[in-house]
Amino acid sequence: MALSHLSSTRSNRLLRPLAAAASSLCRPISTSTEPLVIETSIPFTPHKCEPPSRSVETNPQELLTFFRDMATMRRMEIAADSLYKAKLIRGFCHLYDGQEAVCVGMEASINKKDCIITAYRDHCTFLGRGGTLLEIFSELMGRQGGCSKGKGGSMHFYKKESGFYGGHGIVGAQVPLGCGLAFAQKYNKDENVTFALYGDGAANQGQLFEALNISALWDLPIILVCENNHYGMGTAEWRAAKSPSYYKRGDYVPGLKVDGMDVLAVKQACKFAKEHVLKNGPIILEMDTYRYHGHSMSDPGSTYRTRDEISGVRQERDPIERVRKLVLGHDLATEKELKDIEKEIRKEVDEAIAKAKVSPMPEPSELFTNVYVKGFGTEVFHS
Amino acid sequence: KKTSLVVVRSDGSLNLNTGSSAGARRLDQLVTNAVAVSASLLSTSSTSLAVLIHELLLYEALREGLEEEMDRDNRVCVMGEDVGHYGGSYKVTRGLADKFGDLRVLDTPIAENAFTGMGIGAAMTGLRPIVEGMNMGFLLLAFNQISNNCGMLHYTSGGQFTIPIVIRGPGGVGRQLGAEHSQRLESYFQSIPGIQMVACSTPYNAKGLMKAAIRSENPVILFEHVLLYNLKERIPDEEYICNLEEAEMVRPGEHITILTYSRMRYHVMQAAKTLVNKGYDPEVIDIRSLKPFDLHTIGNSVKKTHRVLIVEECMRTGGIGASLTAAINENFIDYLDAPIVCLSSQDVPTPYAGTLEEFTIVQPAQIVTAVEQLCQ
Repeated sequence: MALSHLSSTRSNRLLRPLAAAASSLCRPISTSTEPLVIETSIPFTPHKCEPPSRSVETNPQELLTFFRDMATMRRMEIAADSLYKAKLIRGFCHLYDGQEAVCVGMEASINKKDCIITAYRDHCTFLGRGGTLLEIFSELMGRQGGCSKGKGGSMHFYKKESGFYGGHGIVGAQVPLGCGLAFAQKYNKDENVTFALYGDGAANQGQLFEALNISALWDLPIILVCENNHYGMGTAEWRAAKSPSYYKRGDYVPGLKVDGMDVLAVKQACKFAKEHVLKNGPIILEMDTYRYHGHSMSDPGSTYRTRDEISGVRQERDPIERVRKLVLGHDLATEKELKDIEKEIRKEVDEAIAKAKVSPMPEPSELFTNVYVKGFGTEVFHS
Repeated sequence: KKTSLVVVRSDGSLNLNTGSSAGARRLDQLVTNAVAVSASLLSTSSTSLAVLIHELLLYEALREGLEEEMDRDNRVCVMGEDVGHYGGSYKVTRGLADKFGDLRVLDTPIAENAFTGMGIGAAMTGLRPIVEGMNMGFLLLAFNQISNNCGMLHYTSGGQFTIPIVIRGPGGVGRQLGAEHSQRLESYFQSIPGIQMVACSTPYNAKGLMKAAIRSENPVILFEHVLLYNLKERIPDEEYICNLEEAEMVRPGEHITILTYSRMRYHVMQAAKTLVNKGYDPEVIDIRSLKPFDLHTIGNSVKKTHRVLIVEECMRTGGIGASLTAAINENFIDYLDAPIVCLSSQDVPTPYAGTLEEFTIVQPAQIVTAVEQLCQ
């Protein structure tokens, strides 16, 4: 997601009134890494810990990267919607649009040795971990060029070399796996951490509390991140949880409530969490976020919430619009340039889809590969 | 103590890197009786054998295998309830926590779903955990983790992750332990794609299978039996592993093939004594590998004897015997002179009362009758 291909040598630009912070002439799209300090939209709400500061350090290049990454994710998910309706993607397809700030902010605060594990709403998380659009669309369409060779599908994206452990279909089952990843990190004395993401629906799973207990007991470097989009499939959080303060439900484990639509707040919270768990054991982050689509493509998403609510969130809290306003407000790029970026992204996505559409399906023999590890005797006995 | 590696094949032939032929002859004689041998019966001449052996109980053999693998590979760790400070509820891990520390022998809270999941997650990164269910039946609480994550992650990730985990624990019908503590999970797990299942029955194969399971890159479920932990046998000092996918020839014969595993092996051998006295020559095979079946060894036997009796402790419905019957029928129907007979436990929850519990499982007398009927 580099900005390296953007040229900074434009010559014809309209002069605009100088913003207070800019001390030089208006520049083209900024690739500057000059630090910029921006306040989060709302303060963090802590549970049994000291919250991090509301002032987040960032820089123009990072903000523009945020814009580009989130716009790519948004475009990708909308394209997946059309592909599903065109019956090129089958089965279950859970879209992440609206929640982009969570995975983008998280990536900005960690490295690829830290592990991320999430549930089935994983397309954007996979992209953030270094996946390519072609891999994603190929996997969604069940082609052999997909990241799981076409054998996993929408809910089973993995990228071992970038520390992305999936991609899991059963609600809540990824949390004990995540604690296992953190255990291995502690075992190997890694100084890395694991982010185990789950939703507000999964927050009521028993295995989550089992795993939390063990992690707290053994001081594992795990950060549990509840992506609270307020609906567990069709059930609102207040109808499913006696206590919807998910950041408090760790009880003895500290927690932090974060505005999940503010990418800078997410970045700050994840940075804080990483430092915290390496010293003090587990922490729970609750990301207050929202999904525009229904739970999956089979859910219209409007039977349990009003269209006004959805459009209200889109108008007031959309993560991409927030970054767009920041970028324009600090004069880091013009509106036209941002629109150009979006056009470019659209083209990239369309190209990836076109390529994926003509790519081959898996060979029939692939049905039987990877059941067992090759060379360990059992393949000999397959009848 | 660690010299060359010995791999024993099911037909008794050896693959020795070094070692004398005297050693090969000694290892051919597989001990089969379930009675613990008293010290007075140990002859002094045993110390003059060309191959060094030592005598131990089955749970000690499991521990030896575990300890050797933990010494050999730092990534091997054990997690389960009471495996650490308590030493294991069946003493399989006794002493290991003192030797390897709390990070390699981990006492977990009572949360099977979570710690099995954690073991699988750790295995995804390259660690080699051994998850112990205090009783196999408790692992039903971890069924989702075992089925979906353990069995399927290698496939759904397109080969990116291997799950070299070993899940082990005692199961089977014990002495009046009640319905919930007498479960046989091999029948529930057998359909899960991507896992291997083995059942140990002697100290020798317990140690060998434990080591092989730990070294395997596939997830392996090792079924032990509550009543077999105190079996005594002499096993080689030299390091050896058993092949995970092979069946064990317990007693070669000509008249009938009896396929069995775990504790029922001993009921079969007891019945075999009676049968030999009556003039029958049964071939007894301990199938050991419950998934996949060793159809090579089994097939050769069927081609020789043309009659098959399966004796298992699983329930009748959907048990290992049911699958084995189907597999043999599909592959070797032309060699069978009679339909396959499968003796399994009754389809009932195991009752507490001793007499009723005896009726639930297959007894030697039933095996004798079945063989007599089959061989008519």
